[in-house]
Amino acid sequence: MPKIIYVDPAGARHECEVKNGLSVMEGAVQNGVPGIIAICGGGCACSTCHAYVDEAWVERVGGPNTMEDATLGLANDRRATSRLTCQIEVTPELDGLVVHVAQND
Amino acid sequence: MSVTHRIVVVGAGQAGLQLCETLRRSGHTGPLVLVGDEPHLPYQRPPLSKKFLTGELDAVRLALRPAEQLAKLDVALKLGTAVLAIHRDAHEVALADGERLGYDRLVLATGTRVRRLPAPGAALDGVCHLRGLDDAQAIRDRLGAARRLVVIGGGFIGLEVAAVARGLGKDVTIVEAQNRLMPRVVAPLVSEHYARVHAGHGVHIHLNTQVEGIVRAGEALAVALDDGASLPADLVVVGIGVVPNVELAREAGLHCENGIVVDEYAQSSDPAVLAIGDVAWHRNVLLGTSHRLESVQHAVDQAKNAAATLLGKPVPYAPVPWFWSDQYDLKLQMAGINRGHDSVVLRGTPDSGAFSVCYYEGTRLLAMDSINQPLDHMLARKLLAAGVTVPPTAAADPEFELKTLLPAG
Repeated sequence: MPKIIYVDPAGARHECEVKNGLSVMEGAVQNGVPGIIAICGGGCACSTCHAYVDEAWVERVGGPNTMEDATLGLANDRRATSRLTCQIEVTPELDGLVVHVAQND
Repeated sequence: MSVTHRIVVVGAGQAGLQLCETLRRSGHTGPLVLVGDEPHLPYQRPPLSKKFLTGELDAVRLALRPAEQLAKLDVALKLGTAVLAIHRDAHEVALADGERLGYDRLVLATGTRVRRLPAPGAALDGVCHLRGLDDAQAIRDRLGAARRLVVIGGGFIGLEVAAVARGLGKDVTIVEAQNRLMPRVVAPLVSEHYARVHAGHGVHIHLNTQVEGIVRAGEALAVALDDGASLPADLVVVGIGVVPNVELAREAGLHCENGIVVDEYAQSSDPAVLAIGDVAWHRNVLLGTSHRLESVQHAVDQAKNAAATLLGKPVPYAPVPWFWSDQYDLKLQMAGINRGHDSVVLRGTPDSGAFSVCYYEGTRLLAMDSINQPLDHMLARKLLAAGVTVPPTAAADPEFELKTLLPAG
């Protein structure tokens, strides 16, 4: 299983094995990573699973589509590397992905 | 109020679980008991009429938190357990298994139940109502083999099920008693757009039509309509609304209307009892109204509001309500509550597939529905939260940038 590394808002690292096909958001919820709230359950409707993709991974992960881009407008402190983690699917290529969880509350 | 209080939460849905999580995260150290009548771990409901039905999501992925995360919350979970009565004098609830649970504070998150089809044949095998996970599983189990689906009720649930079933290649017919789809929640022009899209996908729509009854006809079912027609069906799904589970509260003498009446701090007519989520007839000070809302956003936000009250740091409830519905490639996003509107302004053109509808009371913007127009939705939520209205002439101009109206900062 790919390993996803979540850095929570307090700076703690959570290295989690996440099944292929789940979203990066689901991986965080299953492992109790603080800060990924995901009110809408992955509907791309709320922005509470907002995280910053680590610079080293930005290119491989890619950017948001139109719907996600608009929804990110609701997020706190949006940056160039902002993504909604419910919209990133875990694949073998993302093994080792590092995301920094935003302040979502 | 005290962080050591023993708090009993009745109802293990989105609101009940959120309350327990927020209380623990905010330093509540007293015992927490979460009682639910379903046997399942707390789960997400929105996908039940969407990705769960297609098989894209399984029941495990519906769980709001996996068991090991729930265990860390240090919440005593009593699942598959109904509550029979509230004894307010003794500060106890009586459970179906005979146990009596004492409480310092009681939170009712009892939600709603489906409105059953009031017609003969509603209990036949193959006639399914949709509310809980077991209901959705029953529909999913039957959908594979079904060729013809009749959906009774043209609201969110019915339309989402219809869209999913068309995606699976089923022959789908919708029967709606009113003269348009989603009649209670959206403007006619939104209803018309959705009727066009569903028809374009090959769904048959009967408006102004009541179901008189359902009978078994050999292997199949036959749905008799009040215009004399009979629709053959392998599966019937009923989505005609819900009723709030107020009986426990009412029998305990708590003030109830169409829901358990609570104030802007989620407190009922008994200071030791709060109510949250779908069942709560609550006050929202931003909107200046009281109402009941069936939504994830409200369940989560009011759970946090109740947690603040329980922790002795009450904050008046004032979020902008929002909702969404996914059908085909249409994302309907709604901000605000349009009740009481006296005019409607169209922003954009429905034919383009992306537009918004703005609801006004005089010149005050009450709500906005956005169809594949997420930027409008996002800005509507921010503008409503800031108490900023959008002049109707500006709203009607799709070139007008709503964000220029946002207060600085």
